Amino acid sequence: MSFWTRHQVFEKNSIILVVGILLVIAIGGLVEITPLFYLKSTIEVVDGVRPYTPLELAGRNIYVREGCYLCHSQMIRPLRDEVERYGHFSLAAESMFDHPFQWGSKRTGPDLARVGAKYSDDWHVTHLTNPRAIVPQSVMPGYPFLGQTEVDPASIADHMRTLRAVGVPYTDDQIANAASDLKAQADPDNAGTDAFGKRYAKAAVRNFDGKAGTPTEMDALIAYLQMLGTLVDFKLYNEKANLR
Amino acid sequence: MSQPSTLKSMTIGESGLAALFAVTAFLCVIASAKALDAPFAFHAALSAVASLAAVFFIINRYFERPAALPPAEINGRPNYNMGPIKFSSFMAMFWGIAGFLVGLIIASQLAWPWLNFDLPWTSFGRLRPLHTSAVIFAFGGNVLIASSFYVVQKSCRVRLAGDLAPWFVVLGYNFFILVAGTGYLLGVTQSKEYAEPEWYADLWLTIVWVVYLLVFLATIIKRKEPHIFVANWFYLAFIVTIAVLHLGNNPALPVSVFGSKSYVAWGGIQDAMFQWWYGHNAVGFFLTAGFLAIMYYFIPKRAERPIYSYRLSIIHFWALIFLYIWAGPHHLHYTALPDWTQTLGMTFSIMLWMPSWGGMINGLMTLSGAWDKLRTDPVLRMLVVSVAFYGMSTFEGPMMSIKVVNSLSHYTDWTIGHVHSGALGWVGFVSFGALYCMVPWAWNRKGLYSLKLVNWHFWIATLGIVLYISAMWVSGILQGLMWRAYTSLGFLEYSFIETVEAMHPFYIIRAAGGALFLIGSLIMAYNLWMTVRVGEAEVQMPVALQPAE
Repeated sequence: MSFWTRHQVFEKNSIILVVGILLVIAIGGLVEITPLFYLKSTIEVVDGVRPYTPLELAGRNIYVREGCYLCHSQMIRPLRDEVERYGHFSLAAESMFDHPFQWGSKRTGPDLARVGAKYSDDWHVTHLTNPRAIVPQSVMPGYPFLGQTEVDPASIADHMRTLRAVGVPYTDDQIANAASDLKAQADPDNAGTDAFGKRYAKAAVRNFDGKAGTPTEMDALIAYLQMLGTLVDFKLYNEKANLR
Repeated sequence: MSQPSTLKSMTIGESGLAALFAVTAFLCVIASAKALDAPFAFHAALSAVASLAAVFFIINRYFERPAALPPAEINGRPNYNMGPIKFSSFMAMFWGIAGFLVGLIIASQLAWPWLNFDLPWTSFGRLRPLHTSAVIFAFGGNVLIASSFYVVQKSCRVRLAGDLAPWFVVLGYNFFILVAGTGYLLGVTQSKEYAEPEWYADLWLTIVWVVYLLVFLATIIKRKEPHIFVANWFYLAFIVTIAVLHLGNNPALPVSVFGSKSYVAWGGIQDAMFQWWYGHNAVGFFLTAGFLAIMYYFIPKRAERPIYSYRLSIIHFWALIFLYIWAGPHHLHYTALPDWTQTLGMTFSIMLWMPSWGGMINGLMTLSGAWDKLRTDPVLRMLVVSVAFYGMSTFEGPMMSIKVVNSLSHYTDWTIGHVHSGALGWVGFVSFGALYCMVPWAWNRKGLYSLKLVNWHFWIATLGIVLYISAMWVSGILQGLMWRAYTSLGFLEYSFIETVEAMHPFYIIRAAGGALFLIGSLIMAYNLWMTVRVGEAEVQMPVALQPAE
């Protein structure tokens, strides 16, 4: 019986054909994906990387909602020009708490993996409200409505609980104080800023949008942008520890 | 069989589904009332209305229909079920025009950013998923569902399985599109490219897709032909694999069952790999395998020639579906993904060139002895040019997956150009060709209203594609080179914004190309509309006459 005759078993039995398809398509995915859950280089833990603060998390959700990832990557490749333009190449650990990841696939605008602390808060407020006020050639949309919309501090604890369920190590303490932490980070005069600082290492406490009252979406988004890429101290980082 | 009974009663399917939808409507009203955010309330209300409409539709259909269900055969010939195919074809045309229009808008926004209007629901970031989903899943998906239901019936020579089930598939799928699309505008997205819809839309799609698989499979199982026709292998691989990809990429935990926001189970690097395993195989199985099925049925049918090689089609099929699954990591070259995974992805992407071109050869060589028809039949020309574009983009793709090439092309417009040579040239044209064939066949018309208009559509759209992809090639390679350019003193030569500025003329040319493609589709919609309304208007002659205007 030739190969071509044998193939008729697939052509005459729909269920065998379906099983054949399933087996053939399973191999590639299993080989490529399964090891990523246990290889050292893909589950490395690097000093400094922590889950997002409540305000940063709210900002990240705005980043996702507005589709920022469609024009801005967050993944610096280890190529000479990229490292000089944007900073140290991105580590796997730096996005380990990202559900989903925001590496992006297109740079209509520049990479944002290390945009944190590059510009002032004022710069971001003006730029997000009207990009062409600062960068005349920019093609970015304006987001004036962010400064006019308040963030809801009450619901953020539920978001953190959900993230904990999918593997982000928020503590009970962090979840219990989520709403007050959210307000404290955008208000340096707040009584809770000390306790907040203990819960989240290296988190900036500033009035990001420069306006008093409940934090706005502008506060949240800028808090998120200003922390991007700032968690790992590359003076102390040992590259050899997690060769990839 | 007993005599046709005069007693008319609801089938289990009718009563069960009506009851299920009634319960769903009730649950959706509750969900809408308890919703935590406005978009979720809107979607729940929309679902409640749609469920009530479904109940009404089922009951009304029951009262309208004769006591007996439509027979499987009439006078020994299969009684094909064309209703869902007609609906899906219509929706394909509708969503196609909508998707091309949104594409033109976002292309124009990149050239003239004031077009964003600084409003949430008109900004590029929300419209771009609307464009990609509308063209891929709404236009492409409806073409695939319509054509698969058509091909499986004709090639198995039986009536489509199920009575309400095919309607459930086409209506349910389009409702998914509606929820997904309105969600993007309202900011509901999980930000995974080509898998943006949130958890409740994903769940609904899963149900619809399983029913789709069951209808398709049940039709194959009761076939009157001993062999399963090659196009159906490809449709089956498309349906089965999309189900696997959808489930693998989208497991998410909602923050609340009364809210739209969820967090996906995977994070960071694992999520990136799942995403591009999904993303590239959405290309491989949705935009390739499914449309190859169209190629394998419609080109032989239109050219009135058998498929060039049966053995090549076997090799093509298994090699294509085996190799495609591995190609995802080429979207993640030089990222934090381990090198071995990237290299594996690159290697398989290059190997993928072979089955792709094997398929192209099988499609093109089917015209052996019928090449003269390209002069007289613009529909066949469209189908054949689509296969040529398929060959071009499946050469370009493996080339771009090579790591050194990718280091230049990645993150630039070159990728956008590559996608569109495949999407406009291959998927677009093969879909247009299939619709031009299927609409007269499904509506029982002798031919198209006007072949001359098809000709116009073909040339206008081809010109649009050429403008589009060449503009993106130039802008992509230009931008990639500018990013890595150094001065003689060893400094980066260009700031990022200088590269943005350099893109401006190409963004205008690209928008012009997109506009031409949209105009072509409007001509097509008019032509198909007139085909359905008045049928063939002119005598089919080698030299086409003036269209009736």
